[in-house]
Amino acid sequence: MARFLIKRLFSATLTLFAVSVLTFLMFFALPRDPVTGMCPKNCNPERLERVRDDLGLNDPLVSQYAGYMKGIVTGRDLGSAQGGRCDAPCLGWSYVSNEAVSDTIARVLPVTLSIVIPAAILWLLLGVGLGMVSALRRGTWLDRAAIGFSLTGASLQLYFVGAVLLLVFVYNLRLLPVPSYTSLFDNPAKWASGLVLAWVALAFLFSAIYARLSRAQMLETLSEDFVRTARAKGLAKPTVYGRHALRAAITPVVTIAGLDVGGALGGTVITETTFGIQGLGRTAVDAVRSGDLPTIMATVLIAAVFVVLANVLVDLLYAAIDPRVRLR
Amino acid sequence: MTDEPLLRVRGLTKHFPVRQGLRATGLVRAVDGLDFDVRPGETLGLVGESGCGKTTTGRMLVRLLEPTAGTIEFAGRDITHAGRRELRPLRQDLQIIFQDPYASLNPRHTVGRIVAMPLQVNGIKPPGGIKARVQELLELVGLNPEHYNRYPHEFSGGQRQRIGIARALALRPKLIVADEPVSALDVSIQAQVVNLLRDLQRDLGLAFVFIAHDLAVVRHFCQRVAVMYLGRIVEIGDRADIYERPQHPYTRALLSAIPDVTRLGPAGRIRLTGDVPTPLDPPSGCRFRTRCWKARDICATEEPALVPRDGGDQATACHFPEPAGAGLQAEAAVAVAEPAGRGAGANVEEVSP
Amino acid sequence: MSLSPVEGVALAEIESGTGEPATKGVVGRSPGQLAWLRLRRDRTAMLSGSLLVFFMLLGLAAPLIEMVYGIGPREQFQNLLDGFGMPLGYAGGVTGEHWFGLEPGLGRDIFIRLIYGLRTSLFIAFAAALITATIGVVLGALAGYLGGWLDAVINWITDLTLAMPFLIIALALTPTLTLRFYGERGQVSSAFGVGVLIAVFAVFGWTSTARLVRGQVIALREREFVEAARASGAGLGHMLFRQLLPNIWAPILVSFSLAVPQFITSEAALSFIGVGLSDETPSFGRMIYRSLDFLQTDPAYVFFPGIMIFALVFAFNLFGDALRDALDPKSSR
Repeated sequence: MARFLIKRLFSATLTLFAVSVLTFLMFFALPRDPVTGMCPKNCNPERLERVRDDLGLNDPLVSQYAGYMKGIVTGRDLGSAQGGRCDAPCLGWSYVSNEAVSDTIARVLPVTLSIVIPAAILWLLLGVGLGMVSALRRGTWLDRAAIGFSLTGASLQLYFVGAVLLLVFVYNLRLLPVPSYTSLFDNPAKWASGLVLAWVALAFLFSAIYARLSRAQMLETLSEDFVRTARAKGLAKPTVYGRHALRAAITPVVTIAGLDVGGALGGTVITETTFGIQGLGRTAVDAVRSGDLPTIMATVLIAAVFVVLANVLVDLLYAAIDPRVRLR
Repeated sequence: MTDEPLLRVRGLTKHFPVRQGLRATGLVRAVDGLDFDVRPGETLGLVGESGCGKTTTGRMLVRLLEPTAGTIEFAGRDITHAGRRELRPLRQDLQIIFQDPYASLNPRHTVGRIVAMPLQVNGIKPPGGIKARVQELLELVGLNPEHYNRYPHEFSGGQRQRIGIARALALRPKLIVADEPVSALDVSIQAQVVNLLRDLQRDLGLAFVFIAHDLAVVRHFCQRVAVMYLGRIVEIGDRADIYERPQHPYTRALLSAIPDVTRLGPAGRIRLTGDVPTPLDPPSGCRFRTRCWKARDICATEEPALVPRDGGDQATACHFPEPAGAGLQAEAAVAVAEPAGRGAGANVEEVSP
Repeated sequence: MSLSPVEGVALAEIESGTGEPATKGVVGRSPGQLAWLRLRRDRTAMLSGSLLVFFMLLGLAAPLIEMVYGIGPREQFQNLLDGFGMPLGYAGGVTGEHWFGLEPGLGRDIFIRLIYGLRTSLFIAFAAALITATIGVVLGALAGYLGGWLDAVINWITDLTLAMPFLIIALALTPTLTLRFYGERGQVSSAFGVGVLIAVFAVFGWTSTARLVRGQVIALREREFVEAARASGAGLGHMLFRQLLPNIWAPILVSFSLAVPQFITSEAALSFIGVGLSDETPSFGRMIYRSLDFLQTDPAYVFFPGIMIFALVFAFNLFGDALRDALDPKSSR
């Protein structure tokens, strides 16, 4: 188990390293002067040159990269123009927002977490539940309704659903305030009412996909020999379905769910844009628009960390659920 | 029959590394030093239990697997490590028939395409066209040439095996490796296919390496027989010698397992106890000693060489071979003898369904 | 161990090979023909298929429709907007002249812009799906068939690609690429925008096909018909394209048919967050993004593109499902 974990973490680190190098090359080495974007219009050449120097853009690429990575691990000194000492994990200084990038991230990350985690709980419960029920009641009107729901949901666009939800609940019925983020710890009620539309929109679309997936998995499992054996030896239906079949059917669902949640934590760009909430995704979009390289770099890296960590977690969960998976 | 062998195999060896992670933790000695010849037009049977390396040997002969050591000479040329291009001219003389008639035909190709594949791959344009040649081949193996455009799923197992045979014949080979060509078929169909192969062998003067675990089929088809155990040949000789005058205890045990309808009851059956030892760590000395009732100390220390006895063609790798001339009938007395089950996990009866 | 009769002479010669009933047609039905027959019998498939054909015809015939309709995608009708830039009349200015009404602000006709948006969207999606399928099939088949270090490298690249946040990278890369080719002030042609989008999709989209094909090839690699071809001296090209691929085109086709709507969605999403296509090129995502500002004042504006893209993706998904069922009758949805 420990060996498996170490091996898995090692390959994850390797992937992250490659992502960081690639991102670095993509944004710092491509022939677009990163500075022009960072300096408001009409800046004079001297100021440009100073910014370039502050950012270390005149150094060789390798030492730029090494400096960046060192900042993440141990922190580093950025010079007075960039707020002086930057503690680990130092992600650099943004000239656009005039603050340390790690401060920006610390501000927007809870927003994305608040969107994704409740939404994920909602979509998993709804999706898997619906899929199971429709598999067990195969061929009934309930099943057909669930299939219709999942087909429709899988074809809808988040921004369209979001727009309709906004229109109905916020602008027409005025049941909910315009979506915004309040910290859960400051005011839980406001936190929930400000984000509930985002949860519903995300959960609606994702649960459609999960209902489809878990229905197919459950049907496949139910036709397998071990389920028939369990039924034949006289186990009660709930025991067989709940303990034997569900466990086998849910394994692939867990995999996909892990990857989806990991991907979503890296920034729910569309959701945040639709509802006008400033999370990680929206921050990344803004950073791209304003050419704010350190922030772009940081958001890409964080997104990659989430995806890679989710992969590791899924592998571990997989082993916990499915005893056939040997940890080597 | 000339004395120049068509196929000469010397010291043929295949070891598969067993890996755990990146480290190689062991070697599966699937085939460990085989020597045999096949003369033109001759049929050699290769028999043994499953896992003894028969199939691996067959795949190495047609170069589907790369031998670890040893040489394969075909028609006087060393083909042990020949590349695809060097093999090209020889491919036409050396073909294989597979065990599973369901897996060996591409389900997306018509029968015509399947049989024509070797011709097309080698860029051969037979006089009269490919289609005429394919139909001629289909007829040769007893199929309706009109079925040219059908797909494999429309045929029965026996018919499919005939298609596989037609494909192997397409290049007019001199030697065919038949890897358990009938063991996946129903018993009644087996006879037809074996008879077809025998007729083709006689009419076309083909040489065969016939791999099988079914001694009765081998006896019906092969002029010479080699018995394999754990990657080694333990006995090789003419059909009559092997079946009537077996000298190796393992051969005798195998032969005694053939049910004989003329006699009732378990008479004469030599029961081998224990499992075949793992090829990861074969026994020292004679590999059969852990299940042999004749084993002595020398068997554990010294590996018996495959040497001809009495100056004949029959060669046996055993320190205590049966005297030549001792027929099977004389074995009844020995048969009841308690085998010296020295192997780990002895007395594990087979519980296969 | 099979129990065949001991003596050869006792073996009966029963010929079953030649005695086929002649009533069966001599030409067999290929697995592909069988699948086509099943598809023809599926009403959902036929319905969604015709809808798709209809959409494709609309997209292809966009210039023709423009001629008949009499209004171009860039024409502005400021005279039909009120003082705040809102279209006059009901439901966003729907009239006999302007079937789906007008865009607030610029006053362009929504119907003809949707038709052209459909054209852009379908073109990008099909091109991207074709390119990614090709890359995925070739790399996946090579990785699966050859194995070894090539497999390891391709696998690792796949993992890496999956770890990159697609939207953000695409978002960041597109302007960078545009600058690279056009400089700071260059006028970006819409063809270039389309090309960049397709390229970004190609770079990120091939991994799922590659994984699928790799798995299938590994499952087939050791099958005896593949070895039979190898034993006859077939080269790599013959092995991959003649022996292996014909056996996996069913899953490839299904994944292609499901990739197209994904690319439609992704294109709209990218346009929605403001990369890819300029405002000049009509596009679903762009229209929805602009419509969000008018959600309260002109709700009709969000519905037309929203429902159009839903119908398109829905038809593709339905058809893809039906295709899967037809190609693999054993699979349960």
